[in-house]
Amino acid sequence: MTIKNGRQNEILLTIPSFVWLILFFVIPSLIILGYAFKPEEPYGGVGNGWTLHTLQSVFESGYFVLILRTLILSALTTLLCLLLALPVGYQLTQTPPKMRRLLLLLLVIPFWSSFLIRIFAWKTLLHPEGIFKQTLVALHLVSPETTLLYNSPAVLLVMVYTYLPFAVFPIYAAASKFNFQLIEAALDLGASRTQAFFKVFVPGINKGIFTAMMMVFIPAIGAYVIPDLVGGSNSEMIGNKIAQRTFYDRNLPQASALSVLLGLIVILPMAAITLWSWRFKKIEAEARNRE
Amino acid sequence: MVDSVVFEHVSKQFGKHRALNDVSLSIQKGEFYSLLGPSGCGKTTLLRLLAGFDTPDQGRIFLDGKDITGLPPNKRPVNTVFQNYALFPHLTIWENIAFGLRIANRSEAEIKREVEHMLTLIQMTDHANKLPDQISGGQKQRVAIARALVNHPQVLLLDEPLAALDLKLRQKMLLDLDRIHDEVGITFIFVTHDQTEAMAVSDHIAVLHKGRIEQIGTPIEIYEAPKSSFVADFIGDTNFFNGIVAETVQKDYSLVKIDNFPQVSCFNDKALSVGDPVHLSIRPEKIHISREPAPNKPFLNAFSGVVDDVIYKGDHTVFGVRVEGRKISVIQQHSRFLLDEKPIRWTDKVWIWWHADDSFMIERTVHS
Repeated sequence: MTIKNGRQNEILLTIPSFVWLILFFVIPSLIILGYAFKPEEPYGGVGNGWTLHTLQSVFESGYFVLILRTLILSALTTLLCLLLALPVGYQLTQTPPKMRRLLLLLLVIPFWSSFLIRIFAWKTLLHPEGIFKQTLVALHLVSPETTLLYNSPAVLLVMVYTYLPFAVFPIYAAASKFNFQLIEAALDLGASRTQAFFKVFVPGINKGIFTAMMMVFIPAIGAYVIPDLVGGSNSEMIGNKIAQRTFYDRNLPQASALSVLLGLIVILPMAAITLWSWRFKKIEAEARNRE
Repeated sequence: MVDSVVFEHVSKQFGKHRALNDVSLSIQKGEFYSLLGPSGCGKTTLLRLLAGFDTPDQGRIFLDGKDITGLPPNKRPVNTVFQNYALFPHLTIWENIAFGLRIANRSEAEIKREVEHMLTLIQMTDHANKLPDQISGGQKQRVAIARALVNHPQVLLLDEPLAALDLKLRQKMLLDLDRIHDEVGITFIFVTHDQTEAMAVSDHIAVLHKGRIEQIGTPIEIYEAPKSSFVADFIGDTNFFNGIVAETVQKDYSLVKIDNFPQVSCFNDKALSVGDPVHLSIRPEKIHISREPAPNKPFLNAFSGVVDDVIYKGDHTVFGVRVEGRKISVIQQHSRFLLDEKPIRWTDKVWIWWHADDSFMIERTVHS
C-alpha cells in the first residue's frame, strides 16, 4: 500500500515539471525541427509542403567555416575555463571555511548585475580609448594600432569570463567531496605535488570535470549575444547566423535547419558518452555478479 | 643493533593543542615497534612527522643516521599504510600497487615483476584487475600494504591499519602482518589504540599519553611492570587501591595501609619508603577465587566477600567480588570442563587471595 502510494506521490510530484518541459521545451523543439523540413521562400516566410532541400543547403552553402569557428571557439572556451577552474576549485577546498564562503560569494556577485551590462563593460574596457587598451599601450605591450575589440580573441575572452563560474562550481562541488588523504598517499609513494594533482586529484573529480565541460560547452556553442556585441564579421558564430536568418531574412526554415544542426552537435557526443558509460556500468555489474 | 629511526626531543603544536611534548625514542632496524595510546595522545602526529606530512616545531628526526627533519614526503624512503587505506579509486588493484614504481620511472618489465611478486605475497593474484570498490575491507588492507612495500621502503608506517575491520578479520590480519614482517625484514612502525593488537605483534611498545612517552618496553614489561598508573590502567584491566606505605617487611615487601580496608602486603621493587602515597595494583587474573578459605601461607592477601556480578565468557569468567564495601574484579580461567564442577554464582560467599609478589605499587602524586 505505502509503496504504491509512494509511487503515486512520486508521479504526482513530477507531473508539473514534465508538463512544463513538454509545453515549453519539447513542443517548441519539435516545431523548430518541423520548420527545418519546410522550403525557403526568396522573399522570406515559410513555403508550403515538405522538403529536404533546406537541411541539405545547410551543409552545402558556406556554413562550414562558421561551424568550424563555432566549434573551435567553444572548445577553446571550455578548455580555458577548465584550466582556470581546476586550480581555483582545488584551492577553494584548501581555504579555511570563512574565507571560502567569501570567495564563493565573490564568484556569485557578478550574476547580480545583468549579463548585458557586463558585456558592455567589457566593450568599454577593450575599446580603443578604454582603460585596458590604454594601459597595454602605455606598458608597450601592444602597439596603438592593435584592435582588441570586434575579433575572435575578444569573443573568446568574454566567453571565458562569462562561463567561468559554471566551470568552477561543479569542480568545487566535486573537489569538496574528494578524499584528500589520496594526495598524501600519492606524495608518500614518491609523487611530486604536480604529479599528485594530475594523477590522483584530476581523475578523482572526473565527474565534476565532465559536468563543468557540459555547463560551459553547451551555452558557448549556442552563444549569440557575446559574438554579436564584442565580435566582428569574421568572428561570427552559428548563433549569430540563426538570429540573422530569423530576424532579418525571415528565413525560418534555414534558421531551424541551423538550430537542428547545432542541437545535433551537442546531443550526439553526449548520447555516445551516455551509452558508453551505460555499457561500462553493465560490464562492471556483470563482473561483480560473477564473484 | 643499528638504530633505524630516532626521534630527538621532538615537539609539535597545533594551535593551542600540544600534540607532542619533547618526545625522544629510538627504533632498531627490523623491529616491529608499536606506538600505543588513547586517541589524541600524539601517536598519529608522530607517524605523520616521520612520513613528512608535518614538520616538528622542535627537535630532529633521523632515519638510518641521516637527518630527515626537513625532507618532503616524496623524498623519504618510508611508506605509509593509511587508516582508511587511501587506495586510488580510479585505478585497479594492479595499478594501485604499481603507482610508486611508475612514479619512479621503473621499466615496464621490472614493474610487472615487482607487482606480481607483491600480489603473491598478499595472496591477491586473482583480484589484480578489480577496482578498490569491488574488494572487501581486509583485501583493501592487504593491497594498501603491498602498495607501500613494493617501493622497498626502509620503514613501513602503519596508521591504525586494523581499526576498520571486524574482530575475526583483525586477528587474521594481525597474523598476516606478522608473517609479512618476517618475510620482508624491514622496520614496521605500528600505530594503534588497541593494546591487545600492540601486545600481540610488537618487539617494543611506546605508550603515549597527552603528547608524552609514558613508558617504552617489551609487551611483557609494559604489562607486568607498568611505570605509571596510566600505563597500568590503559594496558589490560587492573584493581587499583590508593594507599600509604605503612611498614617494610623483610627486604622487598611492604605493608600498605588502605582506607577502610585491611592492610595489604605488596612486593616493593621501587624502594618506596614508609609514608609514601602509592597506587597498589593487582591484575584480576592474578587473584584466586574459591568457596574454600585460602591456604595459610606468608605474604598471601586473603579476604572473604560476596559475588556481586558474574560475566561468563566461555574460557573465563569475570567476577565482581564485594569485599569490605569495595568491588574487586577477579578473573577465573576455565581450564577444565566446567559442567563437572559447581560454578561460583551470584551472591555466593567466596574467598579471594593473591600473593604479594603478584601485585605492584606505583608512586602516587597527591594533589593538595
